[in-house]
Amino acid sequence: MLRASLVATLLMLGATAHAIDAQDAFDDPVLQERYENINRELRCLVCQNQTIADSNATLAQDLRREVRDMIAAGQTDAQIREFMIERYGDFVLYRPRMTAGNLLLWAAPALLLLIGAIVLVRVVRRRAQETDLDADGPEAGQS
Amino acid sequence: MAKFVIPFALFLLLGVFLFVGLQRDPSYVPSPLIGKPAPQFSLPSLQDAAYPVSSQELLGQPWVLNVWGTWCGGCRQEHDTLLAIARQKTVPIVGLNWKDDNALAQQWLRDLGNPYAVVAEDREGRTAIDWGVYGAPETFLIGPDGVVLFKHIAPMTMEVWNKEFLPRIEASRAAAGSQS
Repeated sequence: MLRASLVATLLMLGATAHAIDAQDAFDDPVLQERYENINRELRCLVCQNQTIADSNATLAQDLRREVRDMIAAGQTDAQIREFMIERYGDFVLYRPRMTAGNLLLWAAPALLLLIGAIVLVRVVRRRAQETDLDADGPEAGQS
Repeated sequence: MAKFVIPFALFLLLGVFLFVGLQRDPSYVPSPLIGKPAPQFSLPSLQDAAYPVSSQELLGQPWVLNVWGTWCGGCRQEHDTLLAIARQKTVPIVGLNWKDDNALAQQWLRDLGNPYAVVAEDREGRTAIDWGVYGAPETFLIGPDGVVLFKHIAPMTMEVWNKEFLPRIEASRAAAGSQS
């Protein structure tokens, strides 16, 4: 029973790991890996929560063809990404870049941490002062 | 007092953000092409493959590029609006027939009427990718200087045409006129 379910699980994993194309785009495994990696980073704009590696929409097929041709033409990954951004905007990237427009978003965690730290320090100082006053009486304020 | 005011203000701010977020259409992707030179193309004409349609020939006047296909329901929906717009003769409407069957596309124009000054056939879908097209129908407005002025994603309506396209067409003509 356990073994059967294990086999079933592995079979399902195998299904998800397989590329969507009927056959590999490249014979060279290095190029094929680059092709698959780029596809996994590009959003299919018709079916927005899928990458073009996952989607069988015609646009995704066309974009995969474009990626394949550009790799075959010797373009770098960065050039291919730039090609897509020029046409479809930053939204096409699954891993967003830092730009002037979304700087605040990238900085938000640090900013919130900083605000939290400032609030914390102020609260602690005030409490400390209050307890000092309670303990020592009016003299504490003169030092 | 501040104890309550600050969290309440933050709550209101968050509410505003969420409310604005609700109104926005997540399937709308703003085009990075706006304000940039329109991608050039030279494609066979739908009706006569020997006759190429080139974006270069359209320079010097504002024009509209409408991306359509017979497989596209929204294109059927907007077709009568396109015909009405074409009758106004404000600007030429250039069709980009996107990944379609030539015979079906020609039949469609015979049956429903042809609003296009000319139709370019993009069977491979490469020109559509150059224009950042992701879902037909999409309609672009290009200025006399060849710069993309506006993009409408979804079926065209008279309201959108009057509100978004016409003012931009007039402004682009005025700008081009003052330069010459």
